[in-house]
Amino acid sequence: MGGTLLSLALTLLGLLLVTFIIGRVMPIDPVLKVVGDRASQAQYEAAYRAMGLDQPLYIQFWRYIGDVLTGDFGRSISTGQLVVNDIKRVFPATFELATLGTLIGVFVGVPLGVIAAARRGGIIDQIARVVALVGYSMPIFWLGLMGLLVFYGILGWVGGPGRQGIIYDGMVPVVTGLILVDSLIAGDWGAFKDAFSHIILPASLLGYYSLAYISRMTRSFMLEQLSSEYITTARVKGLSERAVIWRHAFRNIQIPLVTVIALSFGSLLEGSVLTEIIFSWPGLGQYITNALLSGDMNAVLGGTVVVGICFVLLNLFSDLLYRVLDPRSK
Amino acid sequence: MRHLLTPRAILLASALAIAPAAYADTPADTLVVAHTIDDIISLDPAQSFEFSGNDVNQNTYDRLVDFDPLDPDAGFKPSLAESWEVAEDGMSITLKMREGVTFHSGNPVRAEDAAWSLQRAVKLNLTPAFILTQFGFTPENVEEKITFDDTTLTLHMDQPYAPSFVLNCLTANIASIVDKETVLPHVDGEDLGNAWLSTNAAGSGAYTLAAWRANEAVQFTAYDDYWQGAPEMKRVIVRNVAESSAQRLLLEQGDIDVARNLSPTDVDSLRNVEGVTIQDEPRGRILYMGLNQNDEVLSNPAVIEAMKHLVDYEGIADSFLKGMFAPHQTFLPMGYLGVLEDQPWTYDVEKAKALIEEAGLAGSTVTTKVRDLREYTDVAQALQASMAEAGLTLNIEQMTGAQVLDAYRARSVPIFIGEWGPDYSDPNTNAATFAFNPDNSAEAAATGLLAWRNAYAVPDEMNEATQAATLEQDADTRAQMYIDIQKQYQAEAPIVPMFQRIEPTGLRENVQNWFSGRAVTSVMYRQVTKGE
Repeated sequence: MGGTLLSLALTLLGLLLVTFIIGRVMPIDPVLKVVGDRASQAQYEAAYRAMGLDQPLYIQFWRYIGDVLTGDFGRSISTGQLVVNDIKRVFPATFELATLGTLIGVFVGVPLGVIAAARRGGIIDQIARVVALVGYSMPIFWLGLMGLLVFYGILGWVGGPGRQGIIYDGMVPVVTGLILVDSLIAGDWGAFKDAFSHIILPASLLGYYSLAYISRMTRSFMLEQLSSEYITTARVKGLSERAVIWRHAFRNIQIPLVTVIALSFGSLLEGSVLTEIIFSWPGLGQYITNALLSGDMNAVLGGTVVVGICFVLLNLFSDLLYRVLDPRSK
Repeated sequence: MRHLLTPRAILLASALAIAPAAYADTPADTLVVAHTIDDIISLDPAQSFEFSGNDVNQNTYDRLVDFDPLDPDAGFKPSLAESWEVAEDGMSITLKMREGVTFHSGNPVRAEDAAWSLQRAVKLNLTPAFILTQFGFTPENVEEKITFDDTTLTLHMDQPYAPSFVLNCLTANIASIVDKETVLPHVDGEDLGNAWLSTNAAGSGAYTLAAWRANEAVQFTAYDDYWQGAPEMKRVIVRNVAESSAQRLLLEQGDIDVARNLSPTDVDSLRNVEGVTIQDEPRGRILYMGLNQNDEVLSNPAVIEAMKHLVDYEGIADSFLKGMFAPHQTFLPMGYLGVLEDQPWTYDVEKAKALIEEAGLAGSTVTTKVRDLREYTDVAQALQASMAEAGLTLNIEQMTGAQVLDAYRARSVPIFIGEWGPDYSDPNTNAATFAFNPDNSAEAAATGLLAWRNAYAVPDEMNEATQAATLEQDADTRAQMYIDIQKQYQAEAPIVPMFQRIEPTGLRENVQNWFSGRAVTSVMYRQVTKGE
C-alpha cells in the first residue's frame, strides 16, 4: 500500500510539473488578462510582480507545490473566484453527465458487444458495427446540434441547453452539486423531472460515444474467449449456448472490461468540451478550456490536478474490483 | 438474457416516466436573457472593465449622471446628481445630490457616499481608474480633490476640462456610487472592500444582485423602492449560453426572452420566425486596420493611401459581415459628440494598383497577424484578394486573441485587423488613443495607445488639437474641433477605421423597450416590459 501511495504522489507531482511547464511556455500572457488591454506599462509591471512572475521558474514551481499541498489552488483570473470553489461548482456538473453517459454506454454497449460476438457475422453484429462506426466518426457538435434541433426544437421531448429550466434555476438547495440527486433529497419531483429532461440528451450523446467504444472492445474480448478450448469443452459437455456465453465466456472478460469502462469513464470526466459548449453545460471541460485560452494557469493547474486525481482513483478502484472479480486473487 | 432486461427496463421506464414536458413561455414578470458572460472577472465597479461585468453594474448601481434608455441620443442626464455647476475658472464642478434616494440596504444615498466611491476607485487604481485619474486625481491627493458637504460633491481638477468631458466620464461604470456603510464592515486590509464587492453588490440601482455563478448565470431581483419607480420585470435571469445556435433554439421555443449573441446566419433565419423580432443597435466598437509604420512597405504614403482603397466596404458589409457591421470610416462611433459623417474612401483596386506601381512597391509582401475570429479572418482574406490584384502579397497568420494582443503591444503586428471599443462615452476616449501619441520612441512603451502600437508618429498639431479639445468649455466648438481632427486623420493617418459594430438582438415579440446600451453605455433592464 505504501508503494501505491508513493507512486500516486510521484504521478501527481509529475502531472503538476508538466502542466506547470506547459503553462509557462505557452505564448499567452496571463498578466494582460488581469490588467486588461488598456493598462499602462507601470500597471502591467506591478501586476507582473504581484503574480510572482518575476521570480525564477523553479521558485515559482516550489511555491506552487507548497500552495497545492495546503489545498490552496489560488484564485482564477478569469472568474475572479477561488479555484477550489470554481471546481466545486463545475465538477459535479461534469460528474453527473459523465456518470449517466457511462451507464448508458455500459448497459447498451456490453450486451451489444456480447451478442455481436455470439452471432458473429449476423444481423446484430452488422448493426453493432455500423453503430460503432458512426459513433466513432460523427463529429460530436454536429450530432449534438441535430439532437437539440430534433428532440428539443421540433419534438419538444427534452429540455434545451443548460442543466435546468429557468423556473428551477437555483431553486434546489445544493447538497452534492448533482442536480438529479439534490432534487431527490429536496423531494422536488418537478425539479428532478426538469433536470432529467435536460441531462438525458447530452448524456445519451456521450453514452453513444462510450457505447461505440465499449461494444467494440466487448466484442473482441468475447471473440477471443469463444475461440478458446474451454468453450469447446463446455459445448461438448452439452451446456446451453446461453450458459456458455454468459456463465463461462462473459465471466472471463469482466476484468479487462472493467479497465475499458474505467478508462472511458475517466475520459468523460475530463469533460467533453464540445458537448458542454453546445449544451451550455457549466462543467469542467468548458472551465479548463476557457482558462487555458485566457492563460489562467491557476485554474488550468487546479482542473488538471482534479482530473489526475480522478484517473488515479479510478485505477485504484478497478484494481480493487479485480480482486473481487478474479477468484485467483482471493 | 433475462437479467439484462432489468437495466434496460429501468431505462425504458424512466424514459416513459418523463413525459414530454410542456415548454411554455417564461413567467410574465421575469426576463430571461441568453448571453455569453464568461468574461466577468469582478463585479466591483472600481475593477470591472469587461462587457458583461459592466452590464451587471449598470443595473445594480446608479451613477451621478446616466443615459436614459428610452432616449439615449439626448446624451447624459441628471441621475443621483440632480444638477451641477461649473466654477467660473472651469477648474471645478459642483454636483448637487438628489434627495430621498436610498441604497438597496435602505441607507440614504449621500454626497459622502458619492465622494467615497470616486475616491475609492482612484485609490484602488485598477484598470479602468484612468477614466477618473485623467482629471488630475491621484491616490495621494484625491481626498483633497474630491470633497463633499451635506448636499453637494465637488471635483477639483488640474485643468479646466470641458464639462461635457467630465460628465461623460461620470457616466462610466467606474463612477458608480457605492453604499459606503454597507461596504465598510467588509473591508479587508487595504482593499477598500474590493474582494467583497467582486462578488456582491452595494448600489442603489433598479435591481439587486440575487446571485452570480461564474460562467453560468447572473440573477437580478427588482428593487421596489427604486427612485425612478419599481421596474416592471421583477426578476432578470442572464444565462451563459455560448453557442449562437443554442440561443436561437431557446428563443424559438420561448424558453428565453432575449438572445444576445446570434450569428448572422441565425439572425437571418430568425427574421422569418413567428413570435420573434430582431432589434439592431449600433454599438461602440470600431473595426479598423492598423498599418505599422515600422514596416518598410506600409510606411510609404502611397501604400497607406492605396490600402484605404483596397477595402470593399460595401461588399464586405453586405456579405460576410452582414448585420454585424456597417461601413464607418472614422474613429468616433456614430452616436458620439463630434462624429464626422464623411465616408471619403471607395473600393478602387485600379487606383490602388496605380499608386503602388508608382511607388515602385509592386510585388512586395506584408504580413497580418489576425485573431482567429471568423469576422477578422474573413476581412483579412478579402483584403488578401484585393491586395493581390493590386500587386501586394498578404501573409495571413492566425492566432488566439491573447497572442495577437501580445504581439500588437510589442509593435510587431505589420497589419492589425481588429476592434477597438470606447472606454467611456466621450469623444476623447477614442481620440486619445487613435490620434494622440506624444512620444513614438520604442522606449516610451505607450502600449495603451493604438497610435503607438502602430508606430504612428502623430503630427504635433494633431496631438495638440486632441488635448485642446478636452479643455474647450463650449460643447458646439468642441464638437467642431473633433470633426477637424477626424478630417485630418482621414487624410493622412495609417490607421484605417472601416466598420462600426451593429448588434442584433433576438427578442420574443412581447418584449418591449429592450436597450443593449447603444454606442455609449451598457444594457439596462428597468424600462423593459413584456406585453401579452
